[in-house]
Amino acid sequence: MTAVSIEGVWKFYGDYPALRNIQLTAESGACLALIGRNGAGKTTLLRTIAGFSRPGKGSIKILGTEPRQTETRSKLGFIGHGISVYDELSALENLTLFAKLYNLPDPQKSALEWLERTGLERVRNGLVREFSRGMRQRLAVARAFLHEPSVLLLDEPFTALDDRAIAVLQRLLREALAAGKTIVMSTHQLREALELASHVALLNRGQVAFHGPCTPEMVADPGYVYARYGETS
Amino acid sequence: MTFLHQVLVVAVKDLRAEMRTKEAINASFAFALVVLLLFSFAFDPDSESSKEIAGGLLWIVFAFAGTLVLNRSFARELPNDCLDALVAAPIPGSALYLGKAIANYLLVMAMELVSLPVFSIFNNVTRPVTAQLWPIIGVLALGTWGLTVIGTIFSALTVNIRLREVMLPMLTYPIMVPALMSAMRLTTDLVAGKPFGPDDFTWLKMLVGFDVIYTAASVALVETVLVG
Repeated sequence: MTAVSIEGVWKFYGDYPALRNIQLTAESGACLALIGRNGAGKTTLLRTIAGFSRPGKGSIKILGTEPRQTETRSKLGFIGHGISVYDELSALENLTLFAKLYNLPDPQKSALEWLERTGLERVRNGLVREFSRGMRQRLAVARAFLHEPSVLLLDEPFTALDDRAIAVLQRLLREALAAGKTIVMSTHQLREALELASHVALLNRGQVAFHGPCTPEMVADPGYVYARYGETS
Repeated sequence: MTFLHQVLVVAVKDLRAEMRTKEAINASFAFALVVLLLFSFAFDPDSESSKEIAGGLLWIVFAFAGTLVLNRSFARELPNDCLDALVAAPIPGSALYLGKAIANYLLVMAMELVSLPVFSIFNNVTRPVTAQLWPIIGVLALGTWGLTVIGTIFSALTVNIRLREVMLPMLTYPIMVPALMSAMRLTTDLVAGKPFGPDDFTWLKMLVGFDVIYTAASVALVETVLVG
């Protein structure tokens, strides 16, 4: 089954086309790594897939439905550039809040379970503003995985993570893939991403320059895709 | 989870965050009290003309001090990109909007309920305000909801604008004029101890109509405002 289907998507900022006729698909259980230089359109594409903005032209389907439908949103997990948790609330309050918004049957229990899985159970009542950067990132990961989403959209998820947070995230992503969930991630950390990716899409100035399976050459040399299909400079 | 429950979850979250930081409410209280104090020096509280403009002065303070609360409403979501998480959650935009509007309403009402006795003491209108306390609170409740629905939707609209603190009042005050006019006229009459007449009834209908129309319009438009 196709988990993410992007058909002829254009996105304009004023007159500037940030995305140009994007055609991409990701099957259920696949991990699609979106790579490309800064400004290639990776974040814009992920935000459009997540339903944070509507495409100018074309259509996006997540598990066969529109991204902004309530049913679709309950199956989507998103990690963006920000951690998307509140500094003024405790770790437990943050996760309980999102568990309630995602209508989980026992919000407190789900929150405690994910605090334990991300190694934050001892600081569960601490305010997020007092957390270290690594702890905040792990809490952001817990928030995104809390409702067990079928499709995960991750925008540069390994950026600025400490070793422990990278290990937690990689373990969770492997578990998610083993459970048949779909991951679409944009990244500049090619080595970490290509270890997980089943497919790779290279974006260049808002267009798909390459889309195909992740091959052993790509894993062995993360610069291979850029060298073969991308810009030389 | 019912729609009402979703609204309450968002409202409680906003109130809890505000109570921890007290950013908006402290600024709002301080502004209201200072301006009321200055007005008491600028106008002679015993003169008849002061009583005639009392309602206007009070609502000018409420509108400006309220904006300090409303400005923070969606701006609070910016530091960690929390708005993304709220927009991604499977709740309707209207639940998010109403939750925020209710939290703002309670904060602005709190500021007004503290400012009202200060205003009555400084303007020497303690007796009529006490005598007409419930009708005055009723007008405050209706007028504040009008300010809050407009302020909250425009707070969402201006959240990504760099000069949002300037843009919000510039955009909202012209639209708030009918609600402010009604609330000012009703408050002035009540503070002057006048009986509720046919004119007041017309102003009251206008205030209620404003609240209903702008609440419905904001609920209908919020999804477009948030997602485009």
